[in-house]
Parts: sequence; C-alpha cells; structure tokens
Amino acid sequence: MSDGDLSSKYVLQTAGFDARFPNTNQTRHCWQNYTDYFKCVAAKGEDFAPCKQFKRAYHSLCPNEWVSKWDEQRDNGTFPASLEP
Amino acid sequence: MLQNFSIFNTIYNDAPQPWQLGFQDSAAPAFTGIVDLHNIIFFYLIVICVGVFWVLGSIMYYFNTKNSPIVHKYLNHGTLIELIWTITPALILTVIAFPSFRLLYLLDEVTSPTITIKVIGHQWYWSYEYSDYVTDSGQSVEFDSYMIPESDLELGQFRLLDVDNKMIIPVDCHIRLIITGADVIHSFAVPSLGVKIDATPGRLNQSSILAERTGTFYGQCSEICGVWHGFMPIAVEAVSVQDYLAWIDSV
Repeated sequence: MSDGDLSSKYVLQTAGFDARFPNTNQTRHCWQNYTDYFKCVAAKGEDFAPCKQFKRAYHSLCPNEWVSKWDEQRDNGTFPASLEP
Repeated sequence: MLQNFSIFNTIYNDAPQPWQLGFQDSAAPAFTGIVDLHNIIFFYLIVICVGVFWVLGSIMYYFNTKNSPIVHKYLNHGTLIELIWTITPALILTVIAFPSFRLLYLLDEVTSPTITIKVIGHQWYWSYEYSDYVTDSGQSVEFDSYMIPESDLELGQFRLLDVDNKMIIPVDCHIRLIITGADVIHSFAVPSLGVKIDATPGRLNQSSILAERTGTFYGQCSEICGVWHGFMPIAVEAVSVQDYLAWIDSV
C-alpha cells in the first residue's frame, strides 16, 4: 500500500483538549465521554453522526478493559450511572 | 580501562551505559528542559558548596586550639550573622524556584495531541493500546510488551532493557499518553523523552511526549511493583510518520 493510501486510511486525529479536564487526572474525561455517548444514542439514535464524536473520544481515552467492563454492566443493568438523556 | 568509565565517553547511542554518571542523550524538549534546569541548579550547588566549605575550612584553620586558645564560651548569639545566614538561603531558594516552576508547568501542558496512546502497567509487563483508528466494527491496536530474557538475547540487544514489542511513536508529533495500572501502582518512565508518571489502578494519568528525532529510547518501571519490578522495561521506538502508518497498518 502506498503512503497516500495509508494517510487517507488512518487520520492522525484524537480527542482534543477539554477545558473541563485540564488536569493530569483524565479518569473523568474518559468516563464523561462514555456516558455522553450512550446518553446521546438514547436521545438521538445510533445513526446520529454527532454522537460518534463521543465514541471516538472514549475509545481514545478509556482502557479497553474498562470499556468492556462497562459494556457488560450496561448489558446486565448494573451500570452505576443513569444513561437516560 | 578508561573507556569503562562513561565520564570519558560522550556518545551514549540512546542506551544507558554501565557506570554512567551523566544523563542520556535528549530526544525531546521536555528532557532538554530538565537537563537545563539541572545545570542551572548545579551552578547554585557549586556556589553553596564552595561557600560552606570555605567557611568550615577557615574555622578549622584559624580557630583551632593551637592558633586561638580563647574559648568562646559565652559567645552564643550574633544578630547580624544570623540574619545573613537566614535571608541568603531564602533568596537562593526563591531564585531556584522560578525556573523550576516554569518547567513544571510547561511539562504539565498537553499541546493539542495528534495521537493518544494508552499505557497500562501490569505485573510484570507493559501493554499499549492505540485506539484512535477504531471503526464501528474494527478492533483497536493493542499488544503486550515483555522483556526479552537473557537467554534469548541477540547480538546488539540490551540485557534487561529490550522488549519483544516496542511502543512505536511517530516523530515530531505531540502524543498524549494515558497511563494507568491494572493491578498495583507502576510508573512509566523514559528519561530521553523526559517522562515519568505513575500508573495508578483506577485512575488515568495524562502526559505528553514529543520525539524530536528517530531512535529507540529505553526506560524502566519506576515504582516498586513486586518481585519482577526490575524486569519490565519500556522501549519506545520513534519512527517517521510514514513508517508509523505502515506499522499501524501491519498490526
């Protein structure tokens, strides 16, 4: 694959600076994007494009282990936060 | 013989040397800043050492029993000298504090990053996750990085430093590191990149790195984390952006 194909396939872009989380501790940054995504989906549906921003952000910031644990909790109804919009 | 003492060598080729006294070669603005701060403070250290030992030596030389038989039994207070030796250190500490805080806050700044890499400390290996490119169905890039045991070392590899899967970063890109631990507290440290930050379970710490040149940079876990704490090194390979994309595509 040529370089041109690669740079169009992989966009060097990630979750930006968020003024709500200016500190070294980014735990809440990850959590907020995770809950915001599912709140967004609950309100606007899976295909609503602006929701994807939250998904990209939580994927970039949250360890995969945390994400799968929270996914499991959502499935079991034991997720410790309301995801109602 | 002299070659064994690194003080006589100046090129470290980005690997720490046995008996090395100085710093490794810098590959990032953060580490250049740290080395500069060290040098600035070392100036004050030398001034203070010369002053203290000068006074100490003079006292021993001029006021020993032979030279000065008078016992200063009732001399226990001197306002002027006490003012001097209280205020002078306070001033010196203030002068040192300014460049120190400047650097501290500069290092804390995360300049709009182009990629985020998650670093997770385990007992006793590091794992890395690159999840910026996750599509709806796609998996994120994640892999474990174990030290290469001494018996498997190949010529040119470093004992206790080389790993099977290096962390690959593009050169000249601001990179956000999200660091956490999976079991106990570890600490992710790479001297050449000027980064050392705790990997605490349940908490995501953020740090920023910028490699200014290509190369492989080594670090070690810097928080006692169990019996194999000394055997979970960190190897970071900085490559060009094209090579980075080719690597991401291949894993």
